[in-house]
Amino acid sequence: MLAKRIIPCLDVKDGQVVKGVQFRNHEVVGDIVPLAKRYAEEGADELVFYDITASSDDRVVDKSWVSRVAEVIDIPFCVAGGIKTEEDARRILEFGADKVSINSPALADPSLINRLSAKFGTQCIVIGIDSYFDEATGQHQVKQFTGNEKATVTTKWNTFDWIKEVQSRGAGEIVLNVMNQDGVRCGYDIEQLSTARAIATVPLIASGGAGEMVHFAEVFNTADVDGALAASVFHKQIINIGELKSYLKTQQVEIRL
Amino acid sequence: MIVIIDTGCANLSSVRFAIERLGYQVTVSKDPAILQQADKLFLPGVGTAKEAMANLIERDLVNQVSKLTQPVLGICLGMQMLAEGSEESFCEQKIIKTLGLVDGFVKKMDVAPLRSPHMGWNQVTPEVGNPLFKDIPAGSYFYFVHSYALPVNDNTIASCEYGTPFTAAVNKDNFYGVQFHPERSGKTGTQLIKNFLEL
Repeated sequence: MLAKRIIPCLDVKDGQVVKGVQFRNHEVVGDIVPLAKRYAEEGADELVFYDITASSDDRVVDKSWVSRVAEVIDIPFCVAGGIKTEEDARRILEFGADKVSINSPALADPSLINRLSAKFGTQCIVIGIDSYFDEATGQHQVKQFTGNEKATVTTKWNTFDWIKEVQSRGAGEIVLNVMNQDGVRCGYDIEQLSTARAIATVPLIASGGAGEMVHFAEVFNTADVDGALAASVFHKQIINIGELKSYLKTQQVEIRL
Repeated sequence: MIVIIDTGCANLSSVRFAIERLGYQVTVSKDPAILQQADKLFLPGVGTAKEAMANLIERDLVNQVSKLTQPVLGICLGMQMLAEGSEESFCEQKIIKTLGLVDGFVKKMDVAPLRSPHMGWNQVTPEVGNPLFKDIPAGSYFYFVHSYALPVNDNTIASCEYGTPFTAAVNKDNFYGVQFHPERSGKTGTQLIKNFLEL
């Protein structure tokens, strides 16, 4: 059976791993390579690195750390942030990343998804979506340039329409980050993820809100996502990945131990 | 000498790092003389069959690879390239002719209602006693990322199931292939690479 994946996310800013609350007030949590290695050894199924400075600053940041990560870890990892062209993606894959994740640049030019999947195969093209539930209108809005609070904009896209759009253009996986939940550790947005699950034909990764082990069991058993991504609970050692995976096994979640 | 065949695809370095972590030196090359001298060769691949095959032809590697007599390990798309042909082209009806070094044709996986691509860690059942799977128990997890696969056939040495059973590892003569990524499959994957290097 295909196992559900536990995916620590490392938000990278200026070459360091950082974490903010609801995308603000970033604090440094550590150097990239030792953290990546620690997670791989603890049993993480995959790692995601989001270079959160890249898109909003309109620059391509130094990606040599990708190669340093590839040298030491033996599990797959995905790199996001500032990938705007086929050339950007090629360089990251050459450094040893297994997948590239596109967020803001795909919103700016959706045809980028078609070009990347034709060039590298759909399986290494991940689309990251930052979704905000606006209580006033009851709408799920896709946000762009979320790495910088001042630069963040609300796009014309409804989250579920954007999921359909990126799939039709060749996305091989979707990471749905629910911004309302990000960093507050109150649980994944099961309702929104279940709606996304119903329309996603590609693997769907839940992001935003993990605080306790039960949240992971809930998102796998209720929303049937393929992976669950989390950051602060792992960085701050609130949850140990090995213990989490043993617990999920007891909750009838298919997991790799 | 361990050689990674330089197919022009982008993911050479993760395979190289995995071999280096085992203490071996690696050469990345498309030079026929170096390919001939190698003790073991890796044929990596990422992308599409159409593009990978075009790269092999452009680099004049089709004959060079076919006449190798040393153990060759194709990884992911590299394994698919060893088969007779692949459905993975951008016009649906056409079949891309591949190297024809192991039996069978690569087909789009029929997985509905499961998600495609088949992405993540899945359990592999190897045939008993195959040296490539020495010290790797049946049911071990390997990391897969693909949406095309080789159906199970006489050359299959390990199978996996996602919707339907498919070939997880294949062997004919000196040509071996694995659909999963051993370089990204943790300790189990490292064991498989070690087994190959010690064949």
